Amino acid sequence: MTMKHFSLSLKNLLRKPGRTVTLALLTAFLALAVFGGSVVVLSLRSGLNSLEARLGADIILVPSEAQSKVSFQNMFLQGTTGAFYMDAAVLDKALEVEGVEKAAPQTFLASLKADCCSIKIQVIGIDPEKDFTVQPWIARSLTRELGDMDVAVGCKVEAGMGEIIRIYEQRCKVVARLEATGTGLDTAVYCNMNTMNALLAAAEEKGVSHKIESGDAVISAVYVKVKDGCDIDAVNNRLNSHIRKVAAVRTRSMITGVSDSLAGVSRTVTLLIAAVWALAFIILLLAFALIIRERAREFDVLRLVGASRGMLSRMVLLESSLCGLLGGLIGVGLAALLLFPFAQLIESALKLPYLMPDVGKALLLAAGTILLSVAVAALSSVVAAYRLSRIDPGTALREGN
Amino acid sequence: MAVKAESIAKRYFRKTGGANYFYAVKPLTLEIEAGEVAVLTGRSGSGKTTLLNILSGLLAPTEGKVWIDSTDLYSLDDKSLSRLRGERIGVVPQGRSAIDTLTVLENILLPAKLYGRPLPVEAASRWMERLDIANLRDARPAELSGGELRRMAIVRALAQSPDFLFADEPTGDLDDENTNLVLSAFRDYAHEQKKAVFVVTHENDALQYADHIYKMDGGQIM
Repeated sequence: MTMKHFSLSLKNLLRKPGRTVTLALLTAFLALAVFGGSVVVLSLRSGLNSLEARLGADIILVPSEAQSKVSFQNMFLQGTTGAFYMDAAVLDKALEVEGVEKAAPQTFLASLKADCCSIKIQVIGIDPEKDFTVQPWIARSLTRELGDMDVAVGCKVEAGMGEIIRIYEQRCKVVARLEATGTGLDTAVYCNMNTMNALLAAAEEKGVSHKIESGDAVISAVYVKVKDGCDIDAVNNRLNSHIRKVAAVRTRSMITGVSDSLAGVSRTVTLLIAAVWALAFIILLLAFALIIRERAREFDVLRLVGASRGMLSRMVLLESSLCGLLGGLIGVGLAALLLFPFAQLIESALKLPYLMPDVGKALLLAAGTILLSVAVAALSSVVAAYRLSRIDPGTALREGN
Repeated sequence: MAVKAESIAKRYFRKTGGANYFYAVKPLTLEIEAGEVAVLTGRSGSGKTTLLNILSGLLAPTEGKVWIDSTDLYSLDDKSLSRLRGERIGVVPQGRSAIDTLTVLENILLPAKLYGRPLPVEAASRWMERLDIANLRDARPAELSGGELRRMAIVRALAQSPDFLFADEPTGDLDDENTNLVLSAFRDYAHEQKKAVFVVTHENDALQYADHIYKMDGGQIM
């Protein structure tokens, strides 16, 4: 296909805008479904992977009463605030259990939507020396350890670097902003245990009790890493039987629930894409057949002035490919406009970890979708182009008359 | 330089009388030489258009051969035949033959554009002037009358300077004045540029411009 044919095809498309836009919109519908569906599924997969990586432990120990796991999981998945406490001695007891390689404590505190607090958030206290789950993430944004009254904030917390946020009247300085994980952890604030103890004391003054019967030193969860080669289920059982009033939860059981939901969403989206594909392909097939019939006289004239069968077929394929390209661009553009600005809305509607692909991945996906749109549009015009190429110009001219 | 039809015939499958087919063109031999205007007349359905289409490389005969100089036209593959049609043969078909998305001038230059030949803009302007459609060069076919469209198709054929020009009822939509304009243009083209012109027509006016007159009836040249 040379430039002269390209310019002829382009003129045909530009000077019949109604026809061109109709064909392009049909393809756009396909591109919208493919790109939109793929971005949603990809975001859910990334969210799940991110959650798995962020949890970073094999087992989490929480107070038995927190094993109303729903609220516990919701903290990770949807970012709901909450707190539960147990004796800090649980950490040492966990380390005594056979098969435990390392264990790190975390303490939770929910700030209030009140005068004393800038924002309502989940505050998570970590022990930088022992922590192996959050620290690697913080290290990507902060080269030193969290100091006293320093906080690292999740990407969805509305506080800039260096900003001071108030939590129970305590002034905390934002020293790091964490990368997006697509999970509820994006709405949390992280501090060291000294800061957490100060915040707990301040909360106590405001009437938010965290006292437990056994003593003052409290933690909310212990993250456990099992030694290589050890059976995680067996360690989980040992932890459950060895430590009273504590529930050991396998992180995989949390992930499995999410994974099952993700599989369901993926299946639905895939089915939807397949249905749209089939529908768009059939409609395009009919549309091209009708358009070729409508343009029969035009093709007869081209044959009359010397166009070969191959030339006509290539012209039809080029025009349909250009319509596919336009449709692909429109579809991908529309999907991007719907998905990227409203990612948060989609995330809360799905109630699943949701991490949008980065620019590079999104562009690759967009290019793939546009290529697919071009291929589908071209493919759906192949039959029409073939039939067109079989017509004898003399016969066509007679029929036209 | 000549186009020669050697025992050509065109048979179509259609139950006619006791047979399963009928002859649109019965076996005939015909030669049209460069530098002359040949006019073919005859009643409707006598096979004139079929003969023109066969001679111009648009419709393969079921019998016989068509030679353009030493080339057996229908032994060529579609690509070569199409190129030869585009370069050496001009056809003015019956009815409307414009591409609506192109302007009048773009329609006229289309054959050259298809094969990337230099666009015959000067020849196009000259013939448009002569056939009185120079003011329509940027108009769209939808804005033209039947007569103007017909003259556009004639200019399209002439502007390529084809060795063989075939015109099917070229003056059907024209008034007397334009009919004479067109026919005299054909005569001058054949005589001055030594090209072959073959005109199929009902019009008696055309006969006075002919170097050879053929009459067709029932698929046969009388």
